[in-house]
Amino acid sequence: MMKLNANIPDGPLEQKWENYKKKAKLVNPANRKKLDIIVVGTGLAGSSIAASLGEMGYNIKSFCFQDSARRAHSVAAQGGVNAAKNYKNDGDSVYRMFVDTLKGGDFRAREANVYRMAECSLNLIDQAVAQGVPFGREYGGYLNNRSFGGVQVSRTFYSRGQTGQQLLLGAYQALMRQVEKKSVKLFTRHEMLDLVVIDGKARGIIARNLDTGQLERHAAHAVILATGGYGKIYYLSTLAMGCNGSAIWRAHKKGAFMASPSWIQVHPTSLPQSGDYQSKLTLMSESLRNDGRIWVPKNKDDNREANQIPDGERDYYLERRYPAFGNLAPRDISSRAAKERIDAGYGIGPLKNAVYLDFSKAIKEQGKEKIKEKYGNLFDMYLKITGYNAYEVPMMISPSAHFSMGGLWVDYGLMTTIPGLFALGEANFADHGANRLGANSLLQASVDGYFIAPYTIANYLADEIHTGKIDSEQEAFKIAENEVNTKLNQLTDIDGNKTVDYFHKTLGKILYDYCGLSRNREGLEKAINDIRALRADFYKNVKIPKDMATVNIELEKAGRVADYLEIGELMCYDALTRNESCGAHFREEYQTADGEALRNDAEYQFISAWQWNGSPDSPILHKEELHFEFIKPIVRSYK
Amino acid sequence: MKLTLKIWRQKNQTDTGSLQEYKLDQLNPHMSFLEMLDTLNEQLIIKGDDPVAFDHDCREGICGQCGVMINGMAHGPLPHTTTCQLHMRSFNDGDTIYIEPFRSEIFPIRKDLSIDRSAFDRIIASGGYISTNTGQAPDALAIPIAHEVVEAAFDSAACIGCGACVATCKNGSAALFTSAKISHLVLLPQGKEERAARIKNMVQTMDKEGFGHCTNTEACQVECPQNISVLNIARMNYEFIRAKALEK
Repeated sequence: MMKLNANIPDGPLEQKWENYKKKAKLVNPANRKKLDIIVVGTGLAGSSIAASLGEMGYNIKSFCFQDSARRAHSVAAQGGVNAAKNYKNDGDSVYRMFVDTLKGGDFRAREANVYRMAECSLNLIDQAVAQGVPFGREYGGYLNNRSFGGVQVSRTFYSRGQTGQQLLLGAYQALMRQVEKKSVKLFTRHEMLDLVVIDGKARGIIARNLDTGQLERHAAHAVILATGGYGKIYYLSTLAMGCNGSAIWRAHKKGAFMASPSWIQVHPTSLPQSGDYQSKLTLMSESLRNDGRIWVPKNKDDNREANQIPDGERDYYLERRYPAFGNLAPRDISSRAAKERIDAGYGIGPLKNAVYLDFSKAIKEQGKEKIKEKYGNLFDMYLKITGYNAYEVPMMISPSAHFSMGGLWVDYGLMTTIPGLFALGEANFADHGANRLGANSLLQASVDGYFIAPYTIANYLADEIHTGKIDSEQEAFKIAENEVNTKLNQLTDIDGNKTVDYFHKTLGKILYDYCGLSRNREGLEKAINDIRALRADFYKNVKIPKDMATVNIELEKAGRVADYLEIGELMCYDALTRNESCGAHFREEYQTADGEALRNDAEYQFISAWQWNGSPDSPILHKEELHFEFIKPIVRSYK
Repeated sequence: MKLTLKIWRQKNQTDTGSLQEYKLDQLNPHMSFLEMLDTLNEQLIIKGDDPVAFDHDCREGICGQCGVMINGMAHGPLPHTTTCQLHMRSFNDGDTIYIEPFRSEIFPIRKDLSIDRSAFDRIIASGGYISTNTGQAPDALAIPIAHEVVEAAFDSAACIGCGACVATCKNGSAALFTSAKISHLVLLPQGKEERAARIKNMVQTMDKEGFGHCTNTEACQVECPQNISVLNIARMNYEFIRAKALEK
């Protein structure tokens, strides 16, 4: 069995990244021009790495399926980005941030990676400010911070409720600057459909032009996947409609291991589902929990309007169960607590599937204007979507699939098990363990792209300077292109009687029911069978318009759903083989008497890394044991 | 609710295109406008017809990808609302709704309601940034920026690049889009260094792409999902004159 080597540098925790950088191989500026790099995805991770490498002088090709690089889903992150600047003098430090993140992830992440992310957070804020990101500031002109879940300091930098948009625009503008300088060639409306591997190394991709349907071959010395997460597998999620797992899944089928795919974060504060027609669940930023209080009625079937229910008859269940963190308990815990109340019959709203997020106390104490300044755009959005004014009545919120902590397995250098294939941002599994803390997602995507991968990719490419141009006429490219073409034709030839969305919605329901906020053996086994049956039905009965030469949105979706139907099964295996509860992975069989997660460090202190073995039902499990040298795993308590 | 839809159908950029009529019933007023189109497409696909292509992605009003003319109005009847944030409760049972792509020669139609807004990207590429490379930044607090200044910069930076301003302008002007980026950057101390080159390059690109001139009708701000102020255009004009004056 292949031994996974995370290639963690030697030395004390705080010197590992320094040591890596000291010893990393370099590519001199004259040689950089000889090296081609493909970057798939233009979110924060993709734009920042493409821009950074372009600035250094490499030849970059950047791909996205959207009509502009600025639209990638990083744009939708609302609340903020963490950094251990300690500008608030409230006891923050790189070490404290490292501990919070590791604990937040339930001790299922690598110490060295987490520490490096906290360390690089300092530079990120500097970088973003230099690019013109308008972070919130105090009247004296100094940067302001807010708090996010799972921490007791204020380390979150924000641009009102549009922090992701502003950070992404910074990265997008840096990218477009390189496009203008011709160091980056940008391919919008292109979707990667396969990875080309030659002699064991990633050498290029097959991409489809979504406007003309043409398949294209692109060759390079290294391929970077910054394609985001696959949480849209649940259909109803906070993600964009186009978010997908296809790039990483196709790389997985070419040999890249998938790590802990079942670790999917369910966000506690999204808008509840209101009907079958619904296409997405809109996120309401976690930052709202700084001032909003979450509650349900103490009495079942209390049908009074929220404002008619007196304080004494409300159950502020997070404050009750987790007094130390209250409404700012981490996401997995908050979501599970909401599900517990909803399942017990205390849910509110027309479908009894929501809980209240109440601002009346904050408005009374701080005034409506202050609340408006902090969260105005979120309240406006809530009004547009629901028709309710949250300054007057509490918001109704509900948990929704949000972020995949799982993803392609990468070593410390962010390289997958395929040499020359790197995975950045949400596409990899690296830093969040079994649960991501709020405002760490923008951070991870950015530091991977701006500060980490530029070093680690150079370290890899230093050995490629004599390789010469990669020829896309090679047999491997032809074979890959043919395979893609065959698969596309196979899909359009089915000509059945059910739409792609039908399959996506059905799969989403199976996963919400059996591989969502809580899981058990029986349910997971049932889900595996259900997914297999659904997959068979898909290949027999899906209906897709045949036109391959113009925009064919159903064909695009079908390819993604075909992959989801395989990823979903792997998620269930992953959840089934982990006989413990940790972070977002809550196995009902493994809980304490008061319903908290019961981790099993003796047997499960590892990252599951799955190898494709030719079919979706026979994945091979590898384990990367986690070693905690600097901090002893403790029971994660927010009480 | 029941609706009659008149939707612009066009196979590709070279096809002439025409309005086609569709009838839908049993719609839920809480549906979003795009979910209503999803519902139509489900029916078209099952019937073996080509579904309507339209742009969309995040469906929460921030990616800027969605946008159609609804009864002649960019993003439909509500002020400052993207198409994806519009819900069917804004329409009446029995309505006839005309749905067309954003109108601008500079935004060619890819298919049906889906358009090509890459001209916006080219405007940004010509100068819509602060020229800093990764790794050069000083500490974030090295230059204090007053609260009001950063808030004003944010107001301009909030643009989502959807193109409604162009689609609604009788001149097809991109002045609001371009001026929002210019204001965002020039308000900040970091962005002042290259203000002259930026304004000249961006305005030149805007003209080269073929966008029309601004005649201050202010229709753009009305349709803008982020309520970007037309005062940005005034600032752009000031910056342009300033740059030209200092040239001499």
